[in-house]
Amino acid sequence: MSEEQHESQSHAHPEQWEYIKIALILGVLTAAEVALSYMDVGRTIQIFGLLAMMIIKFMLVVLWFMHLKFDSPGYGKAFTFGVALTATVYGAVLITFGVFQ
Amino acid sequence: MEASAEHASGHDEHYTSTGLPTPKVAMWIFLASECLLFGGLISTYLLYRGASVVGPYPADIFDIPYTSVSAFVLLASSLTMVLALSAIQRGDNLRFRIWILTTAMLGMVFVGGQIYEFTTFYNEGLGINTNLFGSTFFTLTGFHGAHVTVGILMLLTLAWMNGLGKVDQKNNLSVELVGLYWHFVDIVWIVIFTVIYLIPDAPRTLGQ
Repeated sequence: MSEEQHESQSHAHPEQWEYIKIALILGVLTAAEVALSYMDVGRTIQIFGLLAMMIIKFMLVVLWFMHLKFDSPGYGKAFTFGVALTATVYGAVLITFGVFQ
Repeated sequence: MEASAEHASGHDEHYTSTGLPTPKVAMWIFLASECLLFGGLISTYLLYRGASVVGPYPADIFDIPYTSVSAFVLLASSLTMVLALSAIQRGDNLRFRIWILTTAMLGMVFVGGQIYEFTTFYNEGLGINTNLFGSTFFTLTGFHGAHVTVGILMLLTLAWMNGLGKVDQKNNLSVELVGLYWHFVDIVWIVIFTVIYLIPDAPRTLGQ
């Protein structure tokens, strides 16, 4: 691992305007979520719409604000392992107990 | 090679064999383990959803507009947190302190809002022992509120250490680590807000 690589891992972060842009997108998505929760569009569409927006917000924060998009892939692998393990273990529990039926 | 890199970056930190700083790797592993904690709490809430035999029920007491404001406040605090990190990396201590204290203040607003919400729910008859909804809801959101409170203490500590000169442009890894923790509590709230508040009876009606 060279010094240049260390430096690039530590400091290759976005400009401030990019953070503000991401925050505005997060705000708009949150407002859209709240609006959708009041809309009469059918329960299935409403639920999948809300979950889709939740995942987009989750990814925006993790990739930009937590810098996984710009940092070493090693951090991303550690966190992805935790998220995947959580989804697998608890997904299996919820399916087993028929929560999604 | 690694020692020279440490000096080059100006950080008093250690690196793993991968070249990644040990504290940052440890923080990411800690956050990965926290996913399991909150995954367990959210799953428990979902498992017992709709199983309460006495009220109040979620639809009776949730105030979505009020909780939406709390969600916006926590999202805004994530923005001020990255602006604080950006400021310290540029060596702008004044803006760092402004942004980090703004982040702490927004965190306090969120926790204050949660305390008010809990008090309101209690006055409306929902305690932690009232029914399964109360037990799982207060445990989940209480754990999240405790995490936010710990984060506020860490933010205030960073501002204090910056004043002492112990956190600055050259030694900013601690700001990055606290930032990661703060953003994590934000993403946990993103999930809680959608799954618990906005789609309260989703799992049992999915596909219908």
